[in-house]
Amino acid sequence: MTNSSTTSQATATGVLARHQAELDAGRFLIQRCGACQRAVYFPRALCPHCGAGEPAMVAPAGTGAVYAVTTVRRKPEAGGDYNVCIVELDEGVRLMSRVEGMPLADVRIGLRVRARVVVPPGGSGMVVFGAATGDAA
Amino acid sequence: MTTLKQLRGSAAIAGVATYGCGEAPGHTDMELLAEAARRAVADAGLAMKDIDGLCTASASATMWAMPVIEYLGLRPSYIDSTMLGGSSFIAHLLPAMQALASGQCNAVLVCYGSAQRTATFGRKEVVASRRFLDPQPYETPYEPMQPLSAYALAASRHMHEFGTTRRDLAEVAVAARAWARLNPEAFMRGPLSIDDVLGARMVCDPLSVRDSCLVTDGAGAFVLVRADHARDLPREPVHVLGTGTAVWNRQISSMHDLTMTAARDSGRAAFGMAGLAPRDIDVVQLYDAFTINVLLFLEDLGFCAKGEGGAFVRDGAIAPGGRLPVNTNGGGLSCVHPGMYGIFALIEAVRQLRGEGGERQVAGAVTALAHGNGGTLSSQATAVLGLAQAL
Repeated sequence: MTNSSTTSQATATGVLARHQAELDAGRFLIQRCGACQRAVYFPRALCPHCGAGEPAMVAPAGTGAVYAVTTVRRKPEAGGDYNVCIVELDEGVRLMSRVEGMPLADVRIGLRVRARVVVPPGGSGMVVFGAATGDAA
Repeated sequence: MTTLKQLRGSAAIAGVATYGCGEAPGHTDMELLAEAARRAVADAGLAMKDIDGLCTASASATMWAMPVIEYLGLRPSYIDSTMLGGSSFIAHLLPAMQALASGQCNAVLVCYGSAQRTATFGRKEVVASRRFLDPQPYETPYEPMQPLSAYALAASRHMHEFGTTRRDLAEVAVAARAWARLNPEAFMRGPLSIDDVLGARMVCDPLSVRDSCLVTDGAGAFVLVRADHARDLPREPVHVLGTGTAVWNRQISSMHDLTMTAARDSGRAAFGMAGLAPRDIDVVQLYDAFTINVLLFLEDLGFCAKGEGGAFVRDGAIAPGGRLPVNTNGGGLSCVHPGMYGIFALIEAVRQLRGEGGERQVAGAVTALAHGNGGTLSSQATAVLGLAQAL
């Protein structure tokens, strides 16, 4: 948790760095503003809805739905086609991501998805989604 | 205090020019800009020494106004290097009008040039540099092919919500090409059919390479002066009746609604200042980076209701002979698109109002709208222009 009165190394880093550190540790967090109670993503130093100071980092349910989708066409020798989408989380915020583990043509708007964090070899943790099969949400 | 209503028509575009549109190998951005600037000043019946206001922006050089001023040998009392992507040169209008009205300056040169098609340092390097200079850490990891992927995402949402089809998008590209075929300056003038667009190589579904703007060289410039001054100059003045700029977001993932752009606000401001409505506009120039742009802007600027853009453009409705002439030079899709297109939309609007459209001239055009877009549907600037009889 952040507290402006503490000055340890950990709390001295910015919101982006702390959010990324959580991702690198496998945890996906969004923010919720203590003043207006609205969810915020991407994480930032103030609430874009009401202007209050840094919203708290909270764990989202992790479920949502594909809001917009595209297949980026790429030559097979360069890795082939891939998905880029915008997911709307059940908390109401959206983020760019990709849906993995299913044919590209099946990634459609409205598809229920569940977040997971992947850490590419030598890279930084990032949020991706898979189909939320068997999800009661 | 000068109100926006009082600024209505207070300034006029007295000179315009383009240069190096298409391919201009061996030239720098600055060389293309300077030639367009020289020609626009001459077109206005002025000399470079008369220019005491300068507005410009570059997609790569962040301090671009300074080398431009140095290169042109100016000593301007009014300087604006606001960078709002491709909407910049329309966004420059309102502050320039205020500077003219206050007497801060007397003649403002707005200019842009890019050799992005033929330069050795081009788009690829600019995009790579931006990853460091202007990071988007919450989008870049997913490797969107920007700007195309952003517009493809918006198109996917528009199709989902309103039943818009790839054929509707293709209508926009085909109309642009039909206009380009009437414009000797247009870069792509070969025939283009709906089937050609639908069968073209996909780049980011649902957008194909024919849904995407050109990558060309080119420069554009115009000169803005007070209306009373313009009346003493050789060209028929094209008055700025209203103009507005709006930004709601930078990233496509931060858009409040992927089917509605800030053109809703920039258009409302421009029409409000002008005291006109979409039905009063004779010719329309919209920043068509991609086909979806035209549908979004026709809706957001009020030429049709939200979601009806697809139906609005069907059956050649915005092509030559259609109900509303849109992008009469061929637009960014078929005429010219050197990184930022907004200034070319404005210049084509001026040429139409002056009756200089040649084969593509819209008969009796008295009012025109020019709309600029920047970023990935991020910044929006609208101008409503008119001849003296529209004042």
